[in-house]
Amino acid sequence: MSHSLRAATFVADAERTTWHDETLWFVRQKRDKAVYAVPEFQELRELASQIKEHTLSRLDEYLKQFEAEAQLNGVHVHWATDAAEHNALVLDIIRQHGATRIVKSKSMLTEECHLNPHLLAHGIEVIDTDLGERIIQLREEAPSHLVLPAIHLKKEDVSDTFHLHLGTEKGNHDPQQLTEAARQHLRAKFLAGEVAISGVNFAVAETGGVVICTNEGNADLGVNLAKVHIACMGIEKLIPRLSDLGVFTRLLARSATGQPVTTYTSHYTKPAEGREMHIVIVDNGRTQQLGRPDFRASLKCIRCGACMNTCPVYRRSGGHSYDFTVPGPIGAILSPNIDMKKHSSLPFASTLCGSCTDVCPVKIDIHTQLYKWRQVLAEAGEIPTAKKWSMKFTGRLLASPTAFGMGGRLARTGLRLLPHGLTHATTVNAWAVARELPEPPKQSFREWYQETVKL
Amino acid sequence: MRVALFIPCYVDQFYPQVGIASLQLLQKLGVTAHFPAQQTCCGQPLANSGCERDALPIYRHFVDTFQRYDYVVAPSGSCVYHVRKHFDKLEQTPEVEKVRASTYDLIDFITGVLGVTELPGHFPHKVGLHLSCHGQRGLHQANESEITPIRDGQLRRLLSSLDGIELTELDRNDECCGFGGTFCVSEAAISARMGQDRVQDHLRNGTTVLTGGDMSCLMHLQGIVRRQQLPLQVLHAVEILNGVSC
Repeated sequence: MSHSLRAATFVADAERTTWHDETLWFVRQKRDKAVYAVPEFQELRELASQIKEHTLSRLDEYLKQFEAEAQLNGVHVHWATDAAEHNALVLDIIRQHGATRIVKSKSMLTEECHLNPHLLAHGIEVIDTDLGERIIQLREEAPSHLVLPAIHLKKEDVSDTFHLHLGTEKGNHDPQQLTEAARQHLRAKFLAGEVAISGVNFAVAETGGVVICTNEGNADLGVNLAKVHIACMGIEKLIPRLSDLGVFTRLLARSATGQPVTTYTSHYTKPAEGREMHIVIVDNGRTQQLGRPDFRASLKCIRCGACMNTCPVYRRSGGHSYDFTVPGPIGAILSPNIDMKKHSSLPFASTLCGSCTDVCPVKIDIHTQLYKWRQVLAEAGEIPTAKKWSMKFTGRLLASPTAFGMGGRLARTGLRLLPHGLTHATTVNAWAVARELPEPPKQSFREWYQETVKL
Repeated sequence: MRVALFIPCYVDQFYPQVGIASLQLLQKLGVTAHFPAQQTCCGQPLANSGCERDALPIYRHFVDTFQRYDYVVAPSGSCVYHVRKHFDKLEQTPEVEKVRASTYDLIDFITGVLGVTELPGHFPHKVGLHLSCHGQRGLHQANESEITPIRDGQLRRLLSSLDGIELTELDRNDECCGFGGTFCVSEAAISARMGQDRVQDHLRNGTTVLTGGDMSCLMHLQGIVRRQQLPLQVLHAVEILNGVSC
């Protein structure tokens, strides 16, 4: 199913679309205020972009350095080629400890690898401890946003879910009471957690340590209570030095939610006495993307979600319309790398307005990459046949002034003479779902010019 | 100075008055622009659909048509942006490089090349400005809200110089209208909703005349205005600057 079909379903609920659009626009405005308040913000973006470009250009070296430093810290480092290998590795570590109760803080990588269903299928309980993630886990849904995974839900929806799963009072959708119910529920899970799994925001090659940014402190609680910590990261999470980190932490939260910094910026470098720490480094298609010159810059992404909040299409179509772990503009340039056929409609789910590129804190040329993916997809035959042939026909028409002049005259005459019901039939003319066609003038400009200016 | 007028394909066919106003306004500013009759299109509709390869003959035709001129001027930021940015697909001969560098949006040509920053005229209406994203973010014709809170731009300044005009302050100053070329039909539902939201922002804030530098966005917005029979007149900015009365 294409993005446009799923999007049409979402936008059909006009009221909910308004709410979704305004909620995310509010976040975009918070981001704007935070950005305007930092005079050197544009320099920071440039700096962050260059640090990431540099890191990607020597990724192999930095990965080896990171591994060596982490091992010196007493951390077990594992490498996974793909999602299946990642999931098997994580399960293996859990089994070595005979653990069955896992607490997990937010990690888009484990979402990407579908770790939860894998663990559940092997009899392991895994609890997402980020509030938004927990809500969608209870509902068996995928996240609809990178940093606001349950942004597609209203408090009434959360109330229904908590009533069903946590036994809260039916119809009580007071946010504070709902949050408190989640807190009590999660507290018990934290205390029982044997292994804590987390994502990674930044991995520092120089120190071998990982940095995790959260607002709820759930990563810290999980990791510090459990005997074993497994941190899962994509190969692109690296930065060279600890002194580079400040550039990114200044950009990340401002771009994401308009906060100056996340509530918690936690550094995990070595395991405490008697504890174990593992880092699983995952490729899962990233080196393939690194090998695509037009698209490698997508690996600079620090997962702030700003491109989603600003995207006028995302705000009106919802994260699930993308049907990919990472939705929105950045998802639309990452997904075809994973499965070109399945995600072929995503690069077309954009007007190429360029707002995503302008908010991106690491200056990924998102809208240019969307344009370039379209070329790749068309060349690979992954665009609708009707579109392909109509473009070939239009190409011929527009390369010939005579054909163009005649075609234009025909179209205008047709529009004037044919009944409105026919020219505006939505079965053949999608323009007419909400719009009138322009009123065709008798004369085109070129006809007027020939008659009037007579050169 | 040899100046050619490039009138985008759909403007030629559906909005001849925009071409006429462009020609007349340039004439008033002392520039006689020539309209080479063999011109067709910049190729953008194909390229944005992924069919850049099918657009190459159109690109070549564009370069052949306009290479003898010092400037190519078009009342469309979007087409100009396409020529400047995406004609990189052609072999970069001196002709191609020259055409890419000398193709200007009409407003940029008036302010940047001719150095005109105000125009005489009287337009006593509340005017809402809708810049195309390609004009705004692509050609940097105006400040972007992603970067700065200051709302400023060449067209805003030119329009402000008219007597009696009042410009609308929008809730969302530079949100895309949802036209997006073939996006307007391939994602018709979202495109329509984006356009409706844009129109409502203008109505809410008192716009009576909606204008901009790109007729493609305006065609889409006008289509919505006419379908919903809203009290908004839609004009290309060059029509206003050339002294249309309404």
